[in-house]
Amino acid sequence: MSDYVLIIIILAYLGVLFYIAFWGNKNNRSKWVNNPYVYTLSLAVYCTAWTYYGSVGTAAESGMKFLPIYLGPVIAIPLWIVLMRKILRIAKQHNIASIADFISLRYGRNRLLGAVVTIVCLLATVPYLSLQLKAISESFQVMTAQSEFDSTHVLKDSTLYIALILAVFVTFFSTQKSDATTKNRGIIASVAFESIMKLVFFLAIGIYVTFFLFDGTTDIYERITTSSDFEKLIGFGDTNGLDWFFLILLSFFAIFLLPRQFQVSVVENNREKHIKKAIWLFPLYLLLFNVFVIFIAWGGKVTFDDSVNPDYYTLLLPLENGNSFMALLVFLGGFSAVISMVVISTIALSNMVSNNLIIPYGFLSKFVKSDPEKNASHIITIRRVSIFSIIILAYIIYANFSVQMSLDSIGLISFVIIALLAPSFFLGLFWNRGSSKGTLAGIIVGFLVITYTLIIPFGMQAYGASDSFIQEGLFGNNSLKPYALFGIDFLSPPSHAFFWSLLLNTFTYVWVSVSTKGNYRERNYAEMFVNVKASAELDDSAFVWKGEAYVDDIKEVLIKFLGVTQSERALQLFFKKYDLSPDTKIADARLINFSEKLLTGTIGGASAKILISSVVKEDKVSLVEVLEILEESKENIARNKLLKEKSNELSKLAGQLQDANEELIVKDKQKDEFLDTVAHELKTPITGIRGAAEILLDDGDDMPSEMKEQFLKNILNDSDRFTRLIQNILDFEKLSEGRHELTRGMHNFSETLDGVLTSFNPVASNARVMIHVNSKGDAFAVYDEDRIIQVVTNLLSNAIKFCDKSEGVIEIDYQIFDGKLRVSVSDNGLGVPEEDIEYVFDKFYQSKNQNTIKPEGSGLGLAISHRIITSHGGKISVENEQNSGAKFTFEIPIQPKE
Amino acid sequence: MTNKILIVDDEPNIVMTLEYAFKKKGFEVFIARDGGEALEILEYTVPDAVILDIMMPQVDGYQTLKWIKNNKALKDVKVVFLTAKSKASDIEKGMELGVDKYLTKPFSVKKITTEITEMLA
Repeated sequence: MSDYVLIIIILAYLGVLFYIAFWGNKNNRSKWVNNPYVYTLSLAVYCTAWTYYGSVGTAAESGMKFLPIYLGPVIAIPLWIVLMRKILRIAKQHNIASIADFISLRYGRNRLLGAVVTIVCLLATVPYLSLQLKAISESFQVMTAQSEFDSTHVLKDSTLYIALILAVFVTFFSTQKSDATTKNRGIIASVAFESIMKLVFFLAIGIYVTFFLFDGTTDIYERITTSSDFEKLIGFGDTNGLDWFFLILLSFFAIFLLPRQFQVSVVENNREKHIKKAIWLFPLYLLLFNVFVIFIAWGGKVTFDDSVNPDYYTLLLPLENGNSFMALLVFLGGFSAVISMVVISTIALSNMVSNNLIIPYGFLSKFVKSDPEKNASHIITIRRVSIFSIIILAYIIYANFSVQMSLDSIGLISFVIIALLAPSFFLGLFWNRGSSKGTLAGIIVGFLVITYTLIIPFGMQAYGASDSFIQEGLFGNNSLKPYALFGIDFLSPPSHAFFWSLLLNTFTYVWVSVSTKGNYRERNYAEMFVNVKASAELDDSAFVWKGEAYVDDIKEVLIKFLGVTQSERALQLFFKKYDLSPDTKIADARLINFSEKLLTGTIGGASAKILISSVVKEDKVSLVEVLEILEESKENIARNKLLKEKSNELSKLAGQLQDANEELIVKDKQKDEFLDTVAHELKTPITGIRGAAEILLDDGDDMPSEMKEQFLKNILNDSDRFTRLIQNILDFEKLSEGRHELTRGMHNFSETLDGVLTSFNPVASNARVMIHVNSKGDAFAVYDEDRIIQVVTNLLSNAIKFCDKSEGVIEIDYQIFDGKLRVSVSDNGLGVPEEDIEYVFDKFYQSKNQNTIKPEGSGLGLAISHRIITSHGGKISVENEQNSGAKFTFEIPIQPKE
Repeated sequence: MTNKILIVDDEPNIVMTLEYAFKKKGFEVFIARDGGEALEILEYTVPDAVILDIMMPQVDGYQTLKWIKNNKALKDVKVVFLTAKSKASDIEKGMELGVDKYLTKPFSVKKITTEITEMLA
């Protein structure tokens, strides 16, 4: 394929990526760029050219050895649900923009630590970046079949241009804002797109090789069995079980610690819940990616034997078979893998370099003097220069050193170096005593170990120096052999280096942390990291700080970096959140912490701390004090929680009291009304008695005897009425307060009714009322007989009162129905006025349709009946019958419900 | 000229004592069992005074009073509430409605006849 054509295709493809990034930035709120799938695909930045080309190369040389690098993440990912959540919460709470920020924050925003972590990341990543460039260049060569690559003609090397285009790409999209925590939605969208491309194209070549070039997997397997080093190809390479364990552990760490992984999984994460999908989707992605690796490797081996670089079997196989289109797809897939890795790594590194290396070491004093707009543009410039420097540095390394290195080995060295951060990162999340001194000492010790056991011998081998150092050890001392330190000779070099560096790093970290005095600042942050949940509650108030600062001074610093409007808005929010007066003069610990957080995104945590402390007169606090205060604030929180609960309880109680009070008021009012009515009812017969007695006293001797008799009768009637009233009132009160105990027993209602009727018959015949009982037979039920007699009597006397004046007829029905005794009494009077039907059972209701001039009743009869029936668990109701009077019906269960 | 009085009460025993007492004093006595009957009687008779109970079935004392007060033909009729409602608020309400006298039950027959005779003098 002509190199011009290929360059045009590359440029076109880059154009597409630019467009996607541009579109993603513009639509950064769209569902298309904010979903768990994009998040998962962006995690696939883990699969670089090393995966794309290197896996096949490794498989062709040492069998299954390519696999552990993918098993680590697969094992790590389920832990994300716990671990990544914690990390995400901390990162969001503190405006973390990179892993250097994260680690330096954990150890008290330590400037030196931030710088050291940045350097570790650079050491791990830049050579790796150069390897990616190498992959582009080599695959380009393979595609265009250029004879020999000549690194002296820099301008002729398309790789440089591609590197520069990538630098422009990163610069253009990632440095629009000075705040490094600004999410790069566009770039993430393009990375997700590239992840799809590389997977699809890799699967395409896998299927092409397996099913088109060969006759399926069995065919390849059968052919490879004839290969001379078949044993090696199907085995686990020169690795043993322990070796696998360390390689898996290594990649386990890498998925958390690699700057590009931290960037995509933490910094660019915008929803915690996206993790849920990623934990099964990402392993699936890795699995798919690895399905065909071994078959492509075997296919290549069968086809080319050892005549070509096995890293590029994926390109060479289709080219060999004249399918340059398939080769082009593979090339674009590999290109995608490179670009996404380079872009994300560069963003991550440039943020670290500017915020943790350049700004805190040299630009702070300048920033303090300058104005906000200049500062923002300075920061952006620093970041842009960092981006270009990193890519150019990677290019220089590639152009001068990388020819000799394989993708796999540099990849692994990179992993081993980044694993230096593992003890301080992971232990720091759970162990609050880990200190910055311990971290620094651990990283330095670990790095020295790696240098001795991996970097030096690897370099020597790569440049063909004498291997006596490797074979015989330093000064010929056997136990100092770099690949077999102290007799550990059963691990591959990367595992070996990783084992020793991790061991000594962890040991140093723990030992130094335990044996040195911590610093109070560190202890603050340690607490926040280890105890995220509590610290979300503790938040700024848990921050221990003694000193003196003025809000105005701090505001001035903020304005330098955030501008006037943003600073003021932030402070307003702060004051509102903590309910402080907006013209507070003296700053407290919370404001200090809040301001540091605000600045972290822009200039990094360490710089933020230095800047803020420059305007703060700080007093040293002893660690003991810190611990005391932390304990206290924890207790305070517990106490506050308790208080809150108590006060909630109290307000609930108060609510209940109020309800009860209102109920009482209503009851009181009802009671008042009741008493009023009672008084009124009692006064009526008394008035009658008093009047009649007065007249008899004055005129008794002069009046005709019938009249005298009438007045005397009136006195007697009124007295009876008075007595009845009092009795009823007492009954009613007893019933309504539930004080009356029913004396229940099994009774036959037909007998009960007979008893009532016997005493009623004379009254009825006096009033010329006929009483018909329509039902016959026994009706047994459990009830208080005296009370039911009272009810029936009430209903009957009512019925007599309201019956037709000339031909009064009362009908009584009773039956046992559905477990209930049902009794009805109907008259042939005028019925209950419709508007009164719902008030009939109220106390003191008296009908206006009575045919006696003044009712005998107290107005309590039906109310009492109602209570009696209700206390039996039954119901009483009234309805007007067509063409006749009122029909009262009550029913009670034949067995009381308990 | 004999004084005419209308007694409006739903309690027959009370009506009976009042009727006896006022007749003895020389009043011409009309009787109504509630407000409705009272209004019927007032259609063709203009008494000098009306003794009104308040709590009565159908048309109560308040309504009857209002009706009397709104009727020009009855503007000279004195209205007396005779009721068991003896709370200060009840008395106030009666006064506001323009009742001429507020008497409470139980009462002294002698006192009532004397007071009403004096009121009409």
